[in-house]
Parts: sequence; C-alpha cells; structure tokens
Amino acid sequence: MAPLDHGPAAGGVDDTPHEQRRNARIGMLLFIVYTACYTAFVLTAAFASERMATRPWADINLAIWSGFGLLLLALVLSLVYSWLCRARGVK
Amino acid sequence: MIYSPSPLAVIVFGAFVAFTLGLSFYFARRTRSAAGYFAAGGQIHWFVNGVAFAGDYLSAASFLGICGMIASYGYDGFLYSIGYLAGWIVALFVIAEPLKRMGRYTFADALNSRFQSRAITLSAGISTLVVSVFYLIPQMVGAGALVTPLLGLPHWAGVSMVGAVVMLIVVTAGMVSTTYVQFLKGSLLVVFSAVLTLLILNRGLTTQPEAPGFRAPRLSKAISPVGLPYFKQLTAEDLGLEGEEVRQQELQWTDTPYLATRNLASGRVTVWRESPVMTRDKDGKLVADAGLVMFYETQTLTVLPDGKRLVNGLPQGHGEDETDFFPVGKIERLPGGETSTGPIGPVEFFSTLEGSDILLWKQDPSKYPTSVDGELAFTTVYYPQLTAGTDVLLPGKSPTFNGIRGDALAPKLNFLSLMLALFGGTASLPHILIRYYTVKDQAAARKSTVVGIGSIGFFYLLTLFLGLGAMTGGVIDPTSANNNMAAPLLAKSFGPLLFAMISAIAFTTVLGTVSGLIVAAAGAVVHDLMTSVGRMQLTDHEKVRAGKLTAAAVGMLAIVLGILFEHMNVSFLVGWAFSIAASANLPSLVMLLFWRGTTRQGITAAILVGMTASLAWVLLSGDTFTAVYGLPAENAPVPFNQPGIVTIPLGFAVLVVVSLLTRESKVRRGAQEGDRNH
Repeated sequence: MAPLDHGPAAGGVDDTPHEQRRNARIGMLLFIVYTACYTAFVLTAAFASERMATRPWADINLAIWSGFGLLLLALVLSLVYSWLCRARGVK
Repeated sequence: MIYSPSPLAVIVFGAFVAFTLGLSFYFARRTRSAAGYFAAGGQIHWFVNGVAFAGDYLSAASFLGICGMIASYGYDGFLYSIGYLAGWIVALFVIAEPLKRMGRYTFADALNSRFQSRAITLSAGISTLVVSVFYLIPQMVGAGALVTPLLGLPHWAGVSMVGAVVMLIVVTAGMVSTTYVQFLKGSLLVVFSAVLTLLILNRGLTTQPEAPGFRAPRLSKAISPVGLPYFKQLTAEDLGLEGEEVRQQELQWTDTPYLATRNLASGRVTVWRESPVMTRDKDGKLVADAGLVMFYETQTLTVLPDGKRLVNGLPQGHGEDETDFFPVGKIERLPGGETSTGPIGPVEFFSTLEGSDILLWKQDPSKYPTSVDGELAFTTVYYPQLTAGTDVLLPGKSPTFNGIRGDALAPKLNFLSLMLALFGGTASLPHILIRYYTVKDQAAARKSTVVGIGSIGFFYLLTLFLGLGAMTGGVIDPTSANNNMAAPLLAKSFGPLLFAMISAIAFTTVLGTVSGLIVAAAGAVVHDLMTSVGRMQLTDHEKVRAGKLTAAAVGMLAIVLGILFEHMNVSFLVGWAFSIAASANLPSLVMLLFWRGTTRQGITAAILVGMTASLAWVLLSGDTFTAVYGLPAENAPVPFNQPGIVTIPLGFAVLVVVSLLTRESKVRRGAQEGDRNH
C-alpha cells in the first residue's frame, strides 16, 4: 500500500519560472473574467433586485439563471485554466 | 419537535463512526514524523486531495445551513452557495500555485518565505487560531442539530460526541487520517445529494406531501372581516368549522389576530389566525383580497415557569395525552389547479414553483402571557402564511438579506459585505490553505483545486433542489428558525434508510471539517508559535506530541463553544469566519504575491489590524447583540452586521501605508550594511 505510506515528502517537480509566469498570466485573466461576472451579479441583486424577477427564458427568473450560470462558469473556467496550464514539455 | 431515534439510523451511524475511527488507527501506525502528521508528507494524490478539498470545505454550513436557509426562505440560502464557490476562483487562479511553492506546513510559512520574521509568524499563527475557532463553532452547532433527531440525544450530547470522535481522529494520525476521512465524506456527500435530488425530481411537486407525521393545517371558510374585537361573535358555523365551537374566552390575549375554538368531542382548544384571502391578479401576482379573510390553524408552544412545554395546550411528547408539533411546508396551489406534477425535469421544477403558491410557516415574535393552573406562562404562536413561488425564488426574503429589496443603503452594504467576504474568504481559510501542502508540487496543487471546484460546484448546484424540496415536502419543523435539519428530514420522507445514510454522511461532514480545522490550529501552535516564535527546540517526535495535545485542547474548546451557540444558523456563523479570514489574511497573501514593495511590518500590521477590526465589528454588530448578549440590535454601534466591506479594504490600506513607511528604513538599513561592508 505504498501510496498510503506517508513518509517525508518525496519532492515533486516544480513548474519552471517560464511556466509559473505563464500560469500567473492566464490565472489573472480568468480571475478578471469571473470577478466581473460575480460583481455584476452581486450589484444587480443589491441595487436592481427587480431585474432579478424578469424571466429571460423558460419561465425561470434571472436570479436562478444567473446563480446557476455563475456556478457553471466557475467549473468551466477551472477546466480551461487546467488545460491551458498543462505541461507542454518546456522545462 | 421531539425526534425519536431510529434503530436503523443508529446502526448506520455507528458503522460510519467505527469505519472512520478504524481508518484513523490504521494510519496512526504509519504516521511518525512531523511532516507526516501536519502535512501528510506531501504525498497525497491530487485527485484524492481534490475530493478531500470538497470534504473539508462542504461543511455543516454548506449541507445543513444552506439547505436549511433555502428551506426557510428560498433563494437567499443559494446566495451562500454562489459566494462559497466564487471564493475557489480566487484560490485557484491567484493563490494555489504560489502558496504551494512558498510554504511547507502552515499559512505563515508562505507569508514568511521572503522575510523570515517572527512577527509575521506570530500574527499569522494567532490569525489561524482565531479563524479556526470561529469556523469550528458552526460545525459543532451543526453536529448537535444532527444528533438530536438521529439518536434522540440533547444538543450538548451531540456536540460532545462529535468533539470526542474528532479528537480521536486527529490525535491518532493527524493530516493523513483527516485527508481520507474528508475524501470519504466528500465523495459520499456529493453522490448522495445527487441521489436525493433525483428522488425529489422523480417525485415531482405536489400539494399533498406524504412525509411522516405531516398534515395540512385546517382552514376556515372565507368570510367578510369583522374586526378583532368582534371575533367572539363569530360562530363555528360562520367559519365552516365542523365539530368546533368558538371559545374566545380560552384565549387570554385580546386584540390579536387570533381566534380560539374548542373541539366538541375531545375538548381540545385550537388557536386560529386571521389572514387575508390571497388571489392571483391578472399579472399572476399574489395579492390580498381586501373584502375577504379566512382563519388558518396555528400551532402553539406554551412554556411554563418550571420549563415544561405545552404544545397546542397538551404536554409535549409522544405518549398518551401528549402531543407534538406536526411537520409543515407544502405547496398550496400548483399552476393550473393540479394536485401533483409527477416526475419533473430540473427546468420545469423551477418554472412550476414560480407559478405555485407555497404555505410557509412563521413565528409570531410576541410571547403571549398565559395563565396555566394559576401560573404565568408564555405562549409562542407558529402560523402558516401563503407565499408566492416567485417570491421565494428571488433574493431578499430572509431577515439576513431582506434589506436589499428596500431603499436603505445599510442593508445593501451588509449584503455586499458578506458577498465580498465569501469571495475573498475561501482563499484565506487556514484549514483550506494547508491542504496545498499535502500534494507534491504546483501541478498537483492546481489539478486538485480543479477537482475540488468540480465536486464542490456540483454539490452547490444541488442545494437549491434540496432546500426547495424540503420547503415543499412537508418535513419542516415549524419551531426551528434555522432549519438546520431540513436536508436529513427531507431524506426521511424518502424512507428510513436514506435518512440514516444522509444523517451519517452529514455527521461525517462535521467530522471531516472539524478534523481539518483542528489540524490547522495544531500546526499553527506547534510550528508557528512554539517552534518559530518561541524558538523551542523540539524533536520531530515532540512536535507530533505537542500537536496532539493542542488538538485535544482545541477540541475541548470547540465542544464548549458548540454548546453555547446552539441557537444560531450555521451558515450565518460561517459568514463571520469568512469575514475574519478575508480581513486578516487575504491582504497579506495577495500583496505579497503582487507588490514588491510589501514589507514584513506591512504584513504583520495588516494581519493584526484586519483580524482585530473584523473581530471587533462582529462582536459589536446587531446580530451579536441580539443572539449573544440578549440586547436590542438597535443599541449596536456598527451600522450593519458583516464587516468585510470595511475591514478587507482596511487590511489592504494598512499593508500599503505601513509598507511605504517602513520601506525607507529598509533602504537606509541596506545602505548602512553596504557602508559597513566597505
């Protein structure tokens, strides 16, 4: 049961400085995209809550669509980040 | 409500606890070093770590608190789901990889990677302890709420039991056993929540829920309003209440919207509440019909001076001549006058609810003086209120958020403050941050965060179904303001086995999160405070022993706090922990990564000021005044409850100002050193 035998850390392979800079750049870009969407949601709920009652599609209000949208956006962006930051053999 | 223990639930619960402890004892024999005890030797596989993130993060607040809040008020609980997941975006895109690169055991390691300052270690260690203790409180409150219906034990016993089991888990094998308990719990929680959601959708929405003990409240015929003083002139015939007689003299409160009747056969007194007849206007909005009222059956609780409780006039219990509250919450009218939708899709679930009217229960805030056998007692009334489905699917129905529908600025700032704290808080929680040290490298940290976001996000998608399923499923305890038990009681409506499984998983939920918190606190005490700040020379073995002793002490503290804070909603309490974490830790972490001008004095000051300011704000808030001190909320000196919108920017400002002030001295010191060298 070797994987469960938790001794001292064996030491993984750290990203190269180039990869670290690249990942930080991608992360910041995706962070800005998500933060903009989250901020729009929160400000709409706080200062234009009547808009949340409008039903853009399928007889379901904007509050439900935007809430689910934010949760799904987080999942999608995390997968995009993981894919863009994958190791590409440049060490 | 009084809950009876279910033998099946006790067996499943016992099996879960035994397995969890067995796992801990197994790993105990393999964990000898400090690296193994506090950070699992950095050898956890990224996928296991990712699911363990979910197990660590999906705490009692998520499962019990959010579902309970949605069951009570609708969409407002879902705001927590959105905020909690948004916080992971900060963790993944900004914090995860640099943190893994910079640290080894604790959050203080990362902050100190450039400075090697004892002041930073001390302040970060204290902040870790404070945040962990504040986060522990709701977990323990949730534990008590769970064990009460599961085993029929009082709240304090549930809290003590969780405390004891967690102390055993952490004391035996530290981060290794904690990780696998969290992995197990994270997997089970997500899978069984999905199962429960599928069952809700398969059952569909109905006006006649079939939950155990549920019955719809009786209601009178619609009549023209007669005015409060003239209730006594009404007759049972006027109201269409067969077998009853109006006995307003049974009621000792005058000029209230209540009417009393006595059953001619049993002699039992029922209290009814006048309510306007609600109809849908041409736009589909629920409006009061000014010309008609009706009376809804209420449920009453009278507490005698010796603590005895009377429910609807009879002693509370399940014996002869005793009674208990019946569970509530149902759809009163479905669109098109249907009584049941049958199996339903997720989109149709929400669109049907939007067009439905739901019978929610409220508590009358007044306590009515009542004479019982010559003794003065006080009666609380719980009554049904027809609510439009559109209303529960919008933000702003709960007391926490209802100000966002108004024009006043303070409630809106309170809301923004909480959403900011949730956004920034996740990446500042010490027990989440230390999980990055359990994997081998930055790629593993990144991949495990993605798995964590996938598991956590999927669970949060389900919370709205679970909460609304409970709200309309006839399982709500009318006397519970926070409804922390909504999800397990919803499971009970699908059968005792599912109830047993969900309750045991929820209990493991508490175990997983509390274990993580205690490991974080123990790490901060041993690694930061004792070794780094106190400069105590400890061998590896002594560090592990000190960690175990600290874990036991923190566990004891958690038990006491869990008993003291019994009556508060767990999600609400977690909001405070997030605010303190974000105010104390986020400015330092972010500025260290993105501003080269950050100094050690700036980091130390930001942590201490952010932590102190947010803690002071919480202790001086209206909610604390009411719930903890028993004082009127109006006396609170701070304008709203959530501190984040003030104290998070304050932390950043302090860091920048102090860093700018101390940067000059750093340059001068460098120059002086240069002179000496020449």
